[in-house]
Amino acid sequence: MARLALSSPLDVRLLDKGLSVGEALAAFNTAHDEAGGIVSFLGKVRPGDDVRALELSHYEPLTLPGMKELAKAARVRFDLEGALVWHRVGVMSPGETIVLVATAAHHRRSAFDAADYVMDHLKSAAWFWKRERRADGWHWIEPRAQDRIDLARWN
Amino acid sequence: MSVTILFLGPLRDIAGEQSREVDGPLDWAGLREAVGPEVAAQLNEDRVNLACKGRVLADKRALKAEDGDEVALLPPVSGG
Repeated sequence: MARLALSSPLDVRLLDKGLSVGEALAAFNTAHDEAGGIVSFLGKVRPGDDVRALELSHYEPLTLPGMKELAKAARVRFDLEGALVWHRVGVMSPGETIVLVATAAHHRRSAFDAADYVMDHLKSAAWFWKRERRADGWHWIEPRAQDRIDLARWN
Repeated sequence: MSVTILFLGPLRDIAGEQSREVDGPLDWAGLREAVGPEVAAQLNEDRVNLACKGRVLADKRALKAEDGDEVALLPPVSGG
């Protein structure tokens, strides 16, 4: 299989299957050899809490364009060399990756802040709906108050 | 041709279906009538958004959908 190569500074994807974190980060690192630092965040389906499965649904005309706008905004705001924003949709099991965000910048602070900014917006300002299957069936997940407080930090 | 109403996230469970076809044109009053009282009550809440032709409406009460358009009902999001 050909090695993954990223051709654009902003690589934004919706994935309906599992992703290889190692391969993605290696390709991102290669694509940004001018960066002084790269920060990555990997979000997973939290094991425990009686969660058997998690399903993320989206709305095609809005979700990916919204994620691309978010990546663009982060690039401008934090003067990034590049960003990788990959988000799963569909049904996932505990321990599986939901989201992978990586940011490349000249200095570490920008990279850390940008990854934080992108995650806060994916959590409560991107077009995704999440539900969990527990012993007694499926439950829709409402955004938490803390998520809105996190988002408001960037205003 | 008709207007397709799409129920996203938890609204799908309240509506009891993923989508519904209705005759156009469709405005705010027509939409509220077409989706039934339970979904209409949700629609009244500020945190529920409306998209028409793939664009979120700044003022959902100004909805004007024609035959062939897709109207999506967007409840509060939860990603990551």
